Amino acid sequence: MAVLVGKDTRVVGQGITGTFGSLHANRNIEYGTNYVAAVTPGKGGQRFEDKVPIFNTVREAVEKEGANASVIFVPPPFAADSILEAIDSGIELIVCITEGIPVRDMALVKDALVKSNTRLIGPNCPGIMTPGECNIGIMPGYIAMPGKVGVVSRSGTLTYEAMYQLTQLGHGQSTCIGIGGDPINGTSHTDAIRLFNEDPATEAIIMIGEIGGSAEEEAAAYIKEHVNKPVAAFIAGTTAPPGRRMGHAGAIVSGGSGGADAKIKALKDAGIAVAPTPSDIAETLLSVYKG
Amino acid sequence: MNIHEYQAKALFADFGIPVTKGLPARSPDEFKAALAELPDGPVVVKSQIHAGGRGKGTFKSGYKGGVKVCKDQGEALDAAKNMLGNVLVTHQTGEAGRKVKTVYFNEPCDIAKEYYLAILLDRATSRPIIIASTEGGVEIEKVAEETPEKITRVTIDPASGLQPFHKRKIAYGLGFTEKEDLKQLDVLLTGLYRLYWEKDASLAEINPLVKTADGRIIALDAKVGFDENALFRHPDIRALRDLDEEDPKEVEASKHGLSYIALDGNIACLVNGAGLAMATMDIIKHFGGNPANFLDVGGGASEEAVTEAFRIILSDKQVEGILVNIFGGIMSCQRIAKGIIAAAKTVSIDVPLVVRLEGNEVEEGKKLLSESGLAITAADSLKDAAEKVVKRVEQAREG
Repeated sequence: MAVLVGKDTRVVGQGITGTFGSLHANRNIEYGTNYVAAVTPGKGGQRFEDKVPIFNTVREAVEKEGANASVIFVPPPFAADSILEAIDSGIELIVCITEGIPVRDMALVKDALVKSNTRLIGPNCPGIMTPGECNIGIMPGYIAMPGKVGVVSRSGTLTYEAMYQLTQLGHGQSTCIGIGGDPINGTSHTDAIRLFNEDPATEAIIMIGEIGGSAEEEAAAYIKEHVNKPVAAFIAGTTAPPGRRMGHAGAIVSGGSGGADAKIKALKDAGIAVAPTPSDIAETLLSVYKG
Repeated sequence: MNIHEYQAKALFADFGIPVTKGLPARSPDEFKAALAELPDGPVVVKSQIHAGGRGKGTFKSGYKGGVKVCKDQGEALDAAKNMLGNVLVTHQTGEAGRKVKTVYFNEPCDIAKEYYLAILLDRATSRPIIIASTEGGVEIEKVAEETPEKITRVTIDPASGLQPFHKRKIAYGLGFTEKEDLKQLDVLLTGLYRLYWEKDASLAEINPLVKTADGRIIALDAKVGFDENALFRHPDIRALRDLDEEDPKEVEASKHGLSYIALDGNIACLVNGAGLAMATMDIIKHFGGNPANFLDVGGGASEEAVTEAFRIILSDKQVEGILVNIFGGIMSCQRIAKGIIAAAKTVSIDVPLVVRLEGNEVEEGKKLLSESGLAITAADSLKDAAEKVVKRVEQAREG
């Protein structure tokens, strides 16, 4: 397996009995992802799509079905509670798709994560996929193919852009991780890059960042110090005006920090190939990685 | 979401943070009633807009200063009349400025020293951080750059919350050692942290925080912003929103679930996903064009929302071309295509339109567009789309 998810991943879907959750859970199942349980409080004992058993609590899904990963499609006011329940139940990997979770809730979730052995991907993210093995979240399956490039991104649709470019050029992906566009997330660029660096199945890495915060600068420093695999990057938001939140809650240049130019400079200084446009992400990687 | 100073001061008072006595007024009739509540003598008159730099701002009428210290009530009345209903331009408002609809009368105080105090999210640690500085009344970014040693930073564990040692660290960092000062600061910090935490603020800032000649520590200004994702649990805060302070196009867009930000270029874009929307702006610029807006239609936009997006885009008279860039993960390309076709029926799209569709139901979407009879330039990739829209706009200009 590549990183974090693969054939052995046993998924419990939290909030997949709603319209949005069920649509994507079904697509994930069609892709071959192993959904072993669903959790919707009050629907315990029923079955999702006549097959997957539904439980009232995550704990039951872990004990009875051996779930080791959770995907969360719960609405924002209740999503932090769902994450905390999954952490409490000992789930190893939580993928939270929900957009719009209050920052205060996430500050408490982050605190609980630090004190646990659980990894959280997201929130406000498209999910995670190891092509050909496991697809958790909302990434379209057909744009991916199994291979050796690890992709990590804060933006969903830009992840698709990079994956599809790679696939069209005949290069598959080991794992694609959407870490999400919120100011507080469970897994950072650096975390994902560390995983790819240690993964023998990953030969090269694409990192897609955007304005706001300093996660890309931190990743650049990590890459410079520890990573020998070829890395290409793209940063969105060169033309974004300061002080405005660009869609994502975390995408804002404030008080002179978080700008695209500083991030691009940090990446280049670390020897990373930076794509000039979002259309050149895969080609930029292939200029430093021959596959 | 931002609120006005007078609203923030009222919240401060609710949370036990000392402020000077002040009264807002929205009409000349209210001026006299408000002034009657203040003691005779000097009055500070402050324009209420959601932008900094008011004191050094200039009104479009030529009147100088959005904040005035007046020697008596008669002078205050004159100042208020010069502010109300007029447009104030500051270094933060841009040339358009902001219309002053509320004037805030304040009791003055005798300032001995100015400080800076704020609570916000520290993204590096995912925790609340208190930032305090012995330099008040100036921009904190400037202090951070020039004299970082004057700034004290304390991050707070959100689970255990603000502790007495945090408050002592801030107090000592600001140079306070007297027992009476420490006591005042303790109350003030407790209130400010409670306000920040309980009301889901994204920023609670006091600049300047002052110590008066008679030894009181007071919030002279107040700036509070809120996490929009948390407004569902704060109807009292939501009620403070002033739509007049926001771009009407952005307000209209948000009603339809669209995320829109007006820029000053000539090529509009309509995209799904915030990152791709930003990247689309960037690539337009890369090929020599100028983006007119940021527009993320999101993952679940309806046909109606797409039509509305076109209406909003085209209400900007600077727009000379449109680039639609969709990579459908959640979004169906078919739905976007239907939205474009429906939009063309209700709003006349009289500028070049370049469409790039990829992802979910892409073939169906492309087929609908090509059979629609609309003058649409199809593009194969984002690069192709950006090059084409820039070129078409140039051709249209040359006629």
